[in-house]
Amino acid sequence: MSSFWSAYIFILTGISIVGLAILITLTRRMKDPGGEGASTTGHSFDGIEEFNNPLPKWWLNLFWITIVFAVGYLIAYPLGNWDGLLNWTSQKELTDAQIAHDRRYGEIYERLANIPVEELPDNAQAMRIGQRLFEDNCALCHGQAGQGGYGFPNLTDDDWLYGGSGDAIKASLVNGRRGQMPAWGDALGAQGVRAVTEYVVQLSNHDDVNATLARQGEALYNASCVACHAEDGTGNQALGAPNLTNDIWLYQIPGESVRDSVQYTLNNGRAGNMPAWENILGEERVHILSGYVYNMGNQ
Amino acid sequence: MQHETVEKNVGLMVALVLVAISFGGLVEIVPLFAQDEVTEPIEGLEPHSALVLEGRDIYIREGCHVCHTQMVRPLRAEVERYGPYSQAGEDVYEHPFLWGSKRTGPDLARVGQRYSDEWQKAHLYDPRSVVPESNMPAFPWLFEWTVDGSKTGAKMAALRRVGVPYTDEQIANAESEVDGVTEIDALVAYLQQLGTLVTGR
Repeated sequence: MSSFWSAYIFILTGISIVGLAILITLTRRMKDPGGEGASTTGHSFDGIEEFNNPLPKWWLNLFWITIVFAVGYLIAYPLGNWDGLLNWTSQKELTDAQIAHDRRYGEIYERLANIPVEELPDNAQAMRIGQRLFEDNCALCHGQAGQGGYGFPNLTDDDWLYGGSGDAIKASLVNGRRGQMPAWGDALGAQGVRAVTEYVVQLSNHDDVNATLARQGEALYNASCVACHAEDGTGNQALGAPNLTNDIWLYQIPGESVRDSVQYTLNNGRAGNMPAWENILGEERVHILSGYVYNMGNQ
Repeated sequence: MQHETVEKNVGLMVALVLVAISFGGLVEIVPLFAQDEVTEPIEGLEPHSALVLEGRDIYIREGCHVCHTQMVRPLRAEVERYGPYSQAGEDVYEHPFLWGSKRTGPDLARVGQRYSDEWQKAHLYDPRSVVPESNMPAFPWLFEWTVDGSKTGAKMAALRRVGVPYTDEQIANAESEVDGVTEIDALVAYLQQLGTLVTGR
């Protein structure tokens, strides 16, 4: 802050405090003795009159105390370029609070950071912290119990898009994930989409399958889908391509048939997005969360 | 001076009241106009794109700022929950700023990229579908209504007059960029960029 603005602030602050002191000194002087014998202000209503009494002593003294307090406050706290005797800043207060917090809890995070993700479920403290973190940050999408929802993976089953090992879960949390199922509607055409849908439904062992249509679909599947979803339909966790054989559907609206859901996916593609959390929560918390999510899937 | 003099002269009373209340503003607000910390944009800050600008206007129209603040204060609990505290330089292109003053819902200053577009959409369509205990209203019409781009260029030109560095090209292209886009896409675009310039914890 330039010295001009600093001076500007000081002078105005000084004027307002001194001005208030002068104002109160001037207005408290009264010729009238006060009390019952005092003159009235001349206001009268229904025979009730207003006395013109001086300010009460206690009120006046409180006012002087606030003036003294203001001067003390200005000396103790920063104003303009004056740092104040206490050297207080809001940033410093924040940093101090964070340091105090780390001193108290840092040791716990440090200890838990050294436990591999897959062993964290044995640590009750880690699971308690993990539950808090999960409910605050992850439950919005994945549900409070990790049950997932339309477009948000269920974390309590054994089906993992990107792998369910401790490392894979942690990688999903640290860097986030971006699903990329392209839209096949134009390339396959309406008939082709129906055929591939039938084959995909067959892969998940539904028994009401139109076999002829599914055979057509198999040919198209082998031409276009195997690269990600594999020949047997079990998917590829390195790419996040889902397993199509276990009858678990990420994008099935409640009440919707599997066929409609698959057909929609084929026509329009999907682009699920798991945000990256390391920057937001920090490595130590992501580590504990990974253990908590690992535990969810292995109960 | 007797208080009688002040009380019985309205003109004098108004003048003295103005003097009394102007001190606070003169001392606390006016010096900020000259502080770089407040008037200079932080590194990387760009004026809102046409789509984001329209999304921001929808945010205002729907009254999001009535229940959501955009101001992380430098307190440990807030920084812990929302991310790095808000800096004045992040808001130099905001006219008006949307800091808000009431948190019925959480602060949104750092909500950008925290949740996926799909989540934001599901949540705005029906908050209870993803957060069962939520008391936020649903905004289903955002999915049907489309942005009218005919005024977007004029809004940008107006913002430029108060110091937002839009280029002629941006203003000229504004209408074609946003016209016909659904309001939900504009609003989500706005939400997803909130506070993303300052990261870490």
